[in-house]
Amino acid sequence: MKNWPLYEIFIRSKQGLHHKHVGSLHATDSTMAMENARDVYTRRQEGVSIWVVESKHITASNPDDSEELFDPAADKVYRHPTFYDLPDELKHM
Amino acid sequence: MNLEEKFQSKVDQEIKIEPKDWMPDAYRKTLIRQISQHAHSEIVGMLPEGNWITRAPSLRRKVGLIAKVQDEAGHGLYLYAAAETLGVERNTLFEQLHDGSAKYSSIFNYPTLSWADIGSIGWLVDGAAIMNQVPLCRCSFGPYARAMVRVCKEESFHQRQGFEILLALSKGTEAQKAMLQESVNRWWWPSMMMFGPSDADSPHTARSMKWKIKRFTNDELRQKFVDVCYEQAKVLNVTLPDPDIKWNEERGHFDYGEINWDEFWDVVKGNGPCNKQRIATRVKAHEEGAWVREAAMAYAEKQEQRKNKVA
Repeated sequence: MKNWPLYEIFIRSKQGLHHKHVGSLHATDSTMAMENARDVYTRRQEGVSIWVVESKHITASNPDDSEELFDPAADKVYRHPTFYDLPDELKHM
Repeated sequence: MNLEEKFQSKVDQEIKIEPKDWMPDAYRKTLIRQISQHAHSEIVGMLPEGNWITRAPSLRRKVGLIAKVQDEAGHGLYLYAAAETLGVERNTLFEQLHDGSAKYSSIFNYPTLSWADIGSIGWLVDGAAIMNQVPLCRCSFGPYARAMVRVCKEESFHQRQGFEILLALSKGTEAQKAMLQESVNRWWWPSMMMFGPSDADSPHTARSMKWKIKRFTNDELRQKFVDVCYEQAKVLNVTLPDPDIKWNEERGHFDYGEINWDEFWDVVKGNGPCNKQRIATRVKAHEEGAWVREAAMAYAEKQEQRKNKVA
């Protein structure tokens, strides 16, 4: 028999925080994925909210493209507050 | 730098390898074998413990044991999912377990004959597993390392649960104390074997260490285990069944006796007390559950069609 579809599971650990990827599991549909995610990933109060997304719907960046995607940010120090020289007597900025 | 050198340089710098990154074929194969073997161990490991759920001596013991067995299922699922990120299918992994081409930890081919065995599994078997698993949280392969962090968090409850069972027996009647000692006598050596063959007979250790899949050799972990258990055994007032265990001032470790490697290889090859029974139980559950899996899939497809029709 074929494998059941794969779902990626995201959990919000408490109110105010982002949902974070915690792993994946197989389920026939999103209802079952939700039920299983609750049993597999929140047995010890690890979450207050669950997202399930069928893995095939996720578009991921390719590691081979990492240099062109992410390296350009490396030499843009002027995007950070510490790039700017201010006098010491200026507090709280 | 070629691909292999780039890969090794990342590993050396403790940068995790993620599923879509380039990796040597042998690294991928080693991980699939190791992670799936680990997943199978969690799943088969439910069987000897499940054996005692209906006969747990109190409600407190029963809820603890049920929660523990449920955790083992969860650990198996985390690990299967980690293995699948390497491009192997879940069904393929199941087939390999069922046809005997994949192994699982030999420890689960020993029977649970008394209630004390549930305690011994928690103390010794989970204790040995923790020794093995804690360094795996720093494994170079991201999904495996993350799964292991989760597993290790839960595993410490398992060990304490087991130790408490034994502690109660150690304060009980003469019969309970005897049950405790008899159980430790049976589980000690198989637990020592859980760390695998000695370093001299473990040909892949060097490569796995270079790839940072492994952080310690089998013998290093086994030594840690002996050192820790010696003190814990005193709390339980039990004797470890090895007359050669004694403190070695020079090494700063306990010496221990020779492991019966013939028994180890015999159980690995399928001739342990419960090998056939364990696999037969797994295969039966899988086959008898086939109609449930098919029905669930058919139901989901029907719901999907119905939704599309309405839309």
